[in-house]
Amino acid sequence: MSAVMISRKVRKWEKLPGKNTFCCDGRVMMARQKGVFYLTLFLIIGTCALFFGFECPYLAVHLSAAIPVFAAVLFLFVMAMLLRTSFSDPGVLPRALPEEATFIEMEIEAANGNVPSGQRPPPRIRNIEINNQIVKLKYCYTCKIFRPPRASHCSICDNCVDRFDHHCPWVGNCVGKRNYRYFYLFTLSLSLLTIYIFTFDIVHVVMRSVEDGFLSALKETPGTYPFFFFVLVCFFTLWSVVGLTGFHTYLISLNQTTNEDIKGSWSGKNRVQNPYSHKNIFKNCCEVLCGPAYPRYGPRRCVLPQIFHVQKTTAPLIPNEHTPDDAKASIGVSAEQSCSPEDLPPSFIPPLASPETDAEASVAKDNSH
Amino acid sequence: MAAWFHSLQEMQRSASLVMKVFVQRDYSEGTVCCFQTKFPPELDNRIERNLLEETVKTLNSYYLEAEKIGGQSYLEGCLACATAYVIFFCMETRYEKVLRKITSYIQDQNEKIYAPRGLLITDPIERGMRVLEISVFEDRGSGSSSPSSCASSTVASAR
Repeated sequence: MSAVMISRKVRKWEKLPGKNTFCCDGRVMMARQKGVFYLTLFLIIGTCALFFGFECPYLAVHLSAAIPVFAAVLFLFVMAMLLRTSFSDPGVLPRALPEEATFIEMEIEAANGNVPSGQRPPPRIRNIEINNQIVKLKYCYTCKIFRPPRASHCSICDNCVDRFDHHCPWVGNCVGKRNYRYFYLFTLSLSLLTIYIFTFDIVHVVMRSVEDGFLSALKETPGTYPFFFFVLVCFFTLWSVVGLTGFHTYLISLNQTTNEDIKGSWSGKNRVQNPYSHKNIFKNCCEVLCGPAYPRYGPRRCVLPQIFHVQKTTAPLIPNEHTPDDAKASIGVSAEQSCSPEDLPPSFIPPLASPETDAEASVAKDNSH
Repeated sequence: MAAWFHSLQEMQRSASLVMKVFVQRDYSEGTVCCFQTKFPPELDNRIERNLLEETVKTLNSYYLEAEKIGGQSYLEGCLACATAYVIFFCMETRYEKVLRKITSYIQDQNEKIYAPRGLLITDPIERGMRVLEISVFEDRGSGSSSPSSCASSTVASAR
């Protein structure tokens, strides 16, 4: 019996801390709980399918063919914004590597001085000045960093997110710096789509009532029971989504996040004012909606330094012409983007290493430092 | 990227990491990415002040250019919105273009100025734009090497 060393490409996203799920080889990033997101998809697609199936043929013939065309364009825009919000990285801040964490700890200890035993050490806060306003930066014990201004830790995803707004279960992801504008456009376009469908539902029933009378119109309308269910869905969605859009429009005009609004960070108590606001509604809106498309922090799909997997087989240890290529263990910089060696997490252990070959596994780990 | 990685490997093969110095963010102007130009005392005898200051100021100007909200960003935003942001799959955003410039600038600075002095700057994007990390290496090529460092260099050269 001998051991064969097989190298496997491990991408950085597979070893990221936090409670996210990744799809499409790290291109899609979402929260773990996706149930409500599937419900959102079902409600939007279901309502629109019924509208296109039952209402549009009548409206296209009796009113205008532009009605279903515009509805289709609006539906596609809503879906694009929803998927963009749900699948993109909201602005997750990478956790501090050990050296940085130690450096910060040393700075904190130096700042606190000697704390008498039995006494609780003071809270870890760093005060900075932004536009003549004192802002407190809190220390995150999970990520081991002082959170940048406007960042917050999401307990559901277990990540610090830059310009954290809120965690939205309806989109199955956090809403932060990178995807806030997509979230806002999603709620805005969904409000328009809901109003549009609701309006033309009513128009359809009214037109048929004018022709045949109200009760017979209801009997003739195909799919009457699903029709009523989805009119009801539209009605309740209308109030909640339109309300949400209005709330976020208000937040954007003041350049505030939901998180800051809930905590009352800039409520005006103690003459505290929002240091991020440009004091001009137009400028605030432009910054949030027309600002640059921020990049992801740190590559996610780069290949981590290759590790040795050890499997016991009857194949010879020394590679010869009969050994498959992937069993010939080699570390090299592949054509794909490679992560730097320190990106390998310190607790990373090759999953298939057997006890007697831990020496090889530890050699591979040393290679990466 | 691969060439930069090779020179980093060479540095790590022949030198041992002494410590890392972190240049913090300067938030006085807001949340725009800007690093402090204050010179870290740990680098006093490793590099001239004006060189590091020049690097940090250039990086700050690049980030300012990337995050500028003006005509070009409005145009990009409106065009992208009109195409439901599908256009971002086909074209590179202005920010990404500037980030590529920053990466090549850092690589250039590392090769010409920092590596000869046993230092290495890490691209801030890899640290979430929180800090500018400067790795300080001790060059063991000319000095005597300890047994533990010999073992790790043998292992490193086996790559």
